[in-house]
Amino acid sequence: MAEKKESYIISTIVEHKPGVLYQVSNMFRRRGFNIETITVGESEQAGLARMTITINGDEKTVEQVVKQLNKLLDVVKVSILDPEVTVTRELALIRINTPNAAVRSDVINYTEIFKGRVVDVAHDSLLVEMTGDSDKITAFIELMRTFGVKEIARTGITALPRGMRSTKLE
Amino acid sequence: MVRMTGAKAFVESLKRQNVEVIFGIPGGATIPIYDVLYDTDDIRHILMRHEQCAAHAADGYARASGRVGVCMATSGPGATNLVTGIANAYMDSSPIVAFTGQVPRPFIGKDAFQETDIVGITTPITKYNFQVPEVSEIPRIIKKAFYIATTGRPGPVLVDLPKDTQIETDEIEFDDDIEIRGYRPNYEPHPIQIGRAADLLANAEKPVIIAGGGIIASGASSELVALAELLQAPVSTTLMGKGCIPENHPLSLGLLGMHGTIASNIIVSEADVLLAVGMRFSDRTTGNIEKFCPDAKIIHIDIDTAEIGKNIQPHVPIVADAKRALNALYEQLVQKFRKKERTAWMRRIEELKQQHEEMGNKSGLSPPRLMKELRKMLPEDAIITTEVGQNQMWAALYLKAYKPRAFISSGGLGTMGFGFPASLGAKVACPDVPVVDIAGDGSFLMTEQDLASSVAEKIPVIVIILDNRFLGMVAQWQRLFYDRRYSSIDLGKTPDFVKLAEAFGAQGIYVGSLSEFRKAVQTALKSDVTTVIDVPISSEENVFPMVPPGGEITKIIKE
Repeated sequence: MAEKKESYIISTIVEHKPGVLYQVSNMFRRRGFNIETITVGESEQAGLARMTITINGDEKTVEQVVKQLNKLLDVVKVSILDPEVTVTRELALIRINTPNAAVRSDVINYTEIFKGRVVDVAHDSLLVEMTGDSDKITAFIELMRTFGVKEIARTGITALPRGMRSTKLE
Repeated sequence: MVRMTGAKAFVESLKRQNVEVIFGIPGGATIPIYDVLYDTDDIRHILMRHEQCAAHAADGYARASGRVGVCMATSGPGATNLVTGIANAYMDSSPIVAFTGQVPRPFIGKDAFQETDIVGITTPITKYNFQVPEVSEIPRIIKKAFYIATTGRPGPVLVDLPKDTQIETDEIEFDDDIEIRGYRPNYEPHPIQIGRAADLLANAEKPVIIAGGGIIASGASSELVALAELLQAPVSTTLMGKGCIPENHPLSLGLLGMHGTIASNIIVSEADVLLAVGMRFSDRTTGNIEKFCPDAKIIHIDIDTAEIGKNIQPHVPIVADAKRALNALYEQLVQKFRKKERTAWMRRIEELKQQHEEMGNKSGLSPPRLMKELRKMLPEDAIITTEVGQNQMWAALYLKAYKPRAFISSGGLGTMGFGFPASLGAKVACPDVPVVDIAGDGSFLMTEQDLASSVAEKIPVIVIILDNRFLGMVAQWQRLFYDRRYSSIDLGKTPDFVKLAEAFGAQGIYVGSLSEFRKAVQTALKSDVTTVIDVPISSEENVFPMVPPGGEITKIIKE
């Protein structure tokens, strides 16, 4: 009976004012939907913010999520992004233990291979900034665990469709 | 632009929404508003004795009249006392606007005296809510509040007014247009969907209509009856839809679901095409949803897109206003529908309905019999409200409603204590018709303090207490499903309801027989003060028919 669960990226345009994030997150909680990641920031239009939400669920759940989001008066537009034609990005800051020169040089090498950047250096740790899709960031973090990861801050996914597919408010 | 205080702008805005009545209780955080109301003749303030009752009364007013019900409370406990009433209105899509006082803006977030985050608390139980940020925003916010409450799927809206926004003065503009970017209710049905639905209905052998509260909200009763008559399709109703087709109409099947009539539950289950309008397939209506009408093609009309596919996946979804959708269906079907021979089916429906009638023909003070006797004494347009539990289901099953807005009950939330304050609101909306609250002793004791407001404000209603000294519906479940282990349902020595009524200045009548009951109702109908009629019934009485929770609606317990 259980339908196949998949990851979905939902891009919403919402009123940029206090309480909207609460309305959205509270709706998810109360209806028993799970948010994997959520990012909020200004959109291209004044007074509107873009909220990008990723969830894991079956098709029926996602359909309900979209309808319930649309029902919120401060949610102006909701689109489901097709992963095939969507650019998704996440940013992570990772502080890694570097007790000696050998480890430090290894971490710097890996960071370059992953196209990340070292943004802060302390005598026994490095802070690396990593941008990319979530899989790449997860892979990098897993690799760094062998050295000892002190702290991680991940932003969650933000996304826009490629080319002419627009999520802009008409 | 006119210069005035926030409180004045508030009252002026209410007048522009044609508000005639506010149910409320003042407090520290609303005194500036009450100071303006003191000089306002065109708005009647009805002083309630508990804020929960203010919200239920506003709800009852809205349901009886189709207009917005308005209630008001102060900050903190005043506001939180409204919560049950707001949640109740939300579940049953009733258009009320609740106003709350709030501590002055500089104190918000400081845990000031009587501060509570009522906007946060009511977010999941309102259609929308506001906190006034600036005095000049008051007219626009109130315009939006009434617009949101009454359009699309109706529902409650709350406006929180910090005390300093009531006191401060500013330039006020009343005629600003409002725009809500994220809110565009769809009223017009899609013609392609109407075409598909019409085809299904035209070719159906056993089409059945399930009508919900949406019919009443959109004023679609005559359209519903017209379509049912054209198709010769029987109509089953949800609790919220009761009265949308006169229950003495040959095509009316009565209530559907856990306490559905035999005819409703069986005929709906046999349908090959089901037209569900303004209803949401709640668990109390469908029973086991996996086994609900497995063979039927389902057409689902609702104004709320989120209801489509939430509980059941329809074959033809139609997001629209019920009235317009039913009209559109009628227009198409009147052309293409050819009358079918359905004599055998109609005879079967009649037989099943007869079974139900016989179930109500009991002697003595049996609740079904009391409901039937009461019906005979009331005019057709009398308004019935109910509490929640056995009293509610006896009323729903055995007290026929002939008109929309004539049966008012707490459906979704199931709020004991709703019926009495709702009856006060209904009576204020419709002062010329009798309003009767069918109550249980347990329910009535939850809001009985508003006998005081009913007497003081001269709002005469009739309360009929089906008095079994038990929390009857819980007792029924314990009797049927928990081996008669009566845990905490015995109310023991309940108050003397006659003396209780008299203590408040109301009239109390105890009846010991059917003839005394008839006499008491006659007396109450002539009374200009609220009458409480205490009818002792057996504690062991069950409401039947009943479908056990989670069961198929055709597996009916009849006795």
